[in-house]
Amino acid sequence: MAEYHLTTPISEADVRKLNVGDVVYVSGEHVYTARDEAHQRALEMAKRGEKPPVEFEGSVVYHVGPVAMQKNGKWQIVAAGPTTSTRMELFEDEFLRKYKARIIIGKGGMGPRTLAALKEVGAVYCSFTGGCGALAAKGLKEVRAYEWQDLGMPEALWVITAHEFGPLLVTMDSHGRSLHDDMNKSVAARKAQVYAKIGAKE
Amino acid sequence: MAATKLPADVEEALKAAYKRETNETAKTQLAAILKNIEIAETGIPMCQDTGIVIYYVKAGDKFPFMGEVKDALTRATKKATAEIPLRPNAVNPIAGGNSGDNTGEKIPWINWEIVPGDSLEVTAFAKGGGSENVSIVGMLKPGVGLVGVKKLVVDNAMKYMGEACAPNIIGVGIGGGADIAIKIAKQQLLRPLNDKHPDPAVAKIEQELMDAINATGIGPMGLGGATTVLGVKVDYAMRHPASLPVGVAVQCWAARRSTAVISKTLDVKYLTHPIGGK
Repeated sequence: MAEYHLTTPISEADVRKLNVGDVVYVSGEHVYTARDEAHQRALEMAKRGEKPPVEFEGSVVYHVGPVAMQKNGKWQIVAAGPTTSTRMELFEDEFLRKYKARIIIGKGGMGPRTLAALKEVGAVYCSFTGGCGALAAKGLKEVRAYEWQDLGMPEALWVITAHEFGPLLVTMDSHGRSLHDDMNKSVAARKAQVYAKIGAKE
Repeated sequence: MAATKLPADVEEALKAAYKRETNETAKTQLAAILKNIEIAETGIPMCQDTGIVIYYVKAGDKFPFMGEVKDALTRATKKATAEIPLRPNAVNPIAGGNSGDNTGEKIPWINWEIVPGDSLEVTAFAKGGGSENVSIVGMLKPGVGLVGVKKLVVDNAMKYMGEACAPNIIGVGIGGGADIAIKIAKQQLLRPLNDKHPDPAVAKIEQELMDAINATGIGPMGLGGATTVLGVKVDYAMRHPASLPVGVAVQCWAARRSTAVISKTLDVKYLTHPIGGK
């Protein structure tokens, strides 16, 4: 378990060094929020040959619907804990292939399609501790733009400058390993032992 | 304060879990949670999901302002949404659209209980959607007995793994009907973590379920570790001979609940978040 402090844009070589269990802190100007609708829009734009308002290559894409407020005319992130990532499983593999984001952040992990794309493209999935909205906001220093406002505050594309945003735990790496899959297997293996404690059988 | 500061019992349980854990991943998750709690104390919502707004009200039968409670809580909800701020979470399931102020048809929801006395006790309960989404009601065959009840709770935990932002608190309601079981289950989430059910037979089920779920190794955020639940709280109602309803309410680690008592002269006393100290 190693600790890395990465600055965006992040190169493929940097990401290939990361393994499941490593801890990452991210700084830089290429940190974006995206949930279901922002993923969908980005993919539609690619299909139409249009350019999205931000550069996704080398970026960090965070699955989050933040609470933000305006202070002296400037947007600020107030709380921004991760949302459940499996919803984005529908879009993430295609998104990674098209746009080459290097770090996807969320909670709960993602499925086999994303895992395969991470390996192919050279990217990782990191878990940020669920519910830690205040801690996340501390690392999401500055809102530089609030794009796709028509999608509403949680679904919009927030363009953020991060400073030491983390700790992000690598739970799916670019070598085909997923801590989430490992956990499913290890919990299944303990089932008999768990059942024994309540007198139940399979 | 319900959104920005945890009750002392929950904070203590999380600190104890951090000390106890030997799993490195679990330590990183619990450390992040503890750091987050510290930052939130300055008045920031600890989690962006402050839930659909519900209140538990114990109304004294002689409280003089009964007629105004519902309106006051609705206005308080709008005020908190704008000022803390809270994320607007009230969406119309038929027409679509977010009301923007956390109020609307039947929301905030108020659970009423009439008790003897002349004061009003209000508990605000900000519970996120992730943990609510894995809450269930099982209509079991009575023949499966209490083992079947326990299996339902344990199987549910092994299904959602870390999805509900573990370490969790689980409330279980046995008996009544489908609605009663889940209502009892959710009410158990209001109990302090360090209590036990007064009936030793029920307290034993609580302990067994806690031990079993912690033996899964699911751990904080489902990433492995010894702390999957901080507590399991069980209560029951009489059941129909043909039914064994079981409600399972799941709470994330950010168990935000705050209780205040309003006297008949409108003095306010905060029970879970005393002002001027912890």
